[in-house]
Amino acid sequence: MPKEQANWSPYDNNGGSCVAVAGADYCVIAADTRMSTGYNILTRDYSKICKLADKCVMASSGFQADVKALQKHLAARHLIYQHQHNKQMSCPAMAQLLSNTLYYKRFFPYYSFNVLGGLDNEGKGCVFTYDAVGSYEKVGYSSQGSGSTLIMPFLDNQLKSPSPLLLPARDAVTPLAEAEAIDLVKTVFASASERDIYTGDKLEIVVINADGIRREYMDLRKD
Amino acid sequence: MNFMASKQPENSLLSPESDSQRTLYPYVTGTSVVALKYKDGILMAADMGGSYGSTLRYKSVERMKPIGKHSLLGASGEISDFQEILRYLDELILYDNMWDDGNSLGPKEVHNYLTRVMYNRRNKFNPLWNSLVLGGLKNGQKYLGTVSMIGVNFEDNHVATGFGNHLARPILRQEWHENLSFEDGVRLLEKCMRVLLYRDRSAVNKLQIAKITEDGVTISQPYSLKTYWEFSAFENPAQGAIGSW
Repeated sequence: MPKEQANWSPYDNNGGSCVAVAGADYCVIAADTRMSTGYNILTRDYSKICKLADKCVMASSGFQADVKALQKHLAARHLIYQHQHNKQMSCPAMAQLLSNTLYYKRFFPYYSFNVLGGLDNEGKGCVFTYDAVGSYEKVGYSSQGSGSTLIMPFLDNQLKSPSPLLLPARDAVTPLAEAEAIDLVKTVFASASERDIYTGDKLEIVVINADGIRREYMDLRKD
Repeated sequence: MNFMASKQPENSLLSPESDSQRTLYPYVTGTSVVALKYKDGILMAADMGGSYGSTLRYKSVERMKPIGKHSLLGASGEISDFQEILRYLDELILYDNMWDDGNSLGPKEVHNYLTRVMYNRRNKFNPLWNSLVLGGLKNGQKYLGTVSMIGVNFEDNHVATGFGNHLARPILRQEWHENLSFEDGVRLLEKCMRVLLYRDRSAVNKLQIAKITEDGVTISQPYSLKTYWEFSAFENPAQGAIGSW
């Protein structure tokens, strides 16, 4: 008797795009607020951005239930860290924790495509980009999600990241001012919304700098 | 992107010896639930049908139930799994009451609990085959959320399950606004349910509308919607077509 196959998938793609850009003394993390399934929009007002620590914010797109579970897991681990070390986790520390957490489920992955953004211990902007099973690197900027194929080449063109092969190693953070970086991010999402059906509705931008964290919103195409 | 192909190899670490322990497909199912926020709270509608595949087997299934003091749960999908969820929630509310501390679980908390239950079952590859709608209010704060069988959850001003997503949500996006009156809310829900009745083959013309306000839950007696079948296109349908029957 041949084995019956399951006719449901434990995964779904709820779409959306995320971007993060690191500057000399700031970090911009942005994501759209659309949640979809198949060709339907489930809701137009869903935040993909989660504050993990004082100076560390994560934006994730992919399968929303896995993203939520991952955010909960990291928030819980951060609380434990605070109890044990009496301080906030730094962004590079959280970056390693996220990588380990993702790899832990290497054989039943979190279908979550993440960008981590924040300030390191010296107050410089840092961005880490991940795949679904935890492979990560520190970069000057990155995008993930359904619109990333549209967004990434444009960011490459505008932010001209230095080759990682250069010696001495050159800094990947952009020399752009905070306002210019935010403007770039807005442009990038407006463009992605034109062609990616899963990106749109509203853009949520989180900016981290020495003064703290602030949030901005911008309307995007609703079609 | 097909991250996890649904076909598992024979020697997969993820499939246990006896697959008969896992849910593969639903048997008795309920169709759409539609809900919206209105001025005084939440309005939710669901018909009373329990289908057994393509047979409309049961026609008095209550698919909406009050939970605790502040919430209302509506479910579509496998009815037996819905009954199991009601047993879980019964225990949850019981323990909450036994604390006897003046505190009670609000809709946000119940929704979070349900999300965790659904997600954990999905992780074990044995899902509760339901799409749930959880609405309520506590201390004047209205809440309306939904969870699917794989744990996808969100809250919004109006939600629907199954066919309701395709047929009711567009109507709600067009016509919902803040501070709907009770009559307007019911009218809007009935409009959605009527479209579902015409176009969803698993819908039955026997529905209930439930409301939850600060004063508690009221679930209406079952009633039917008026339908119109006198469109000229339905008269003498074979008129323009040559055929033997």
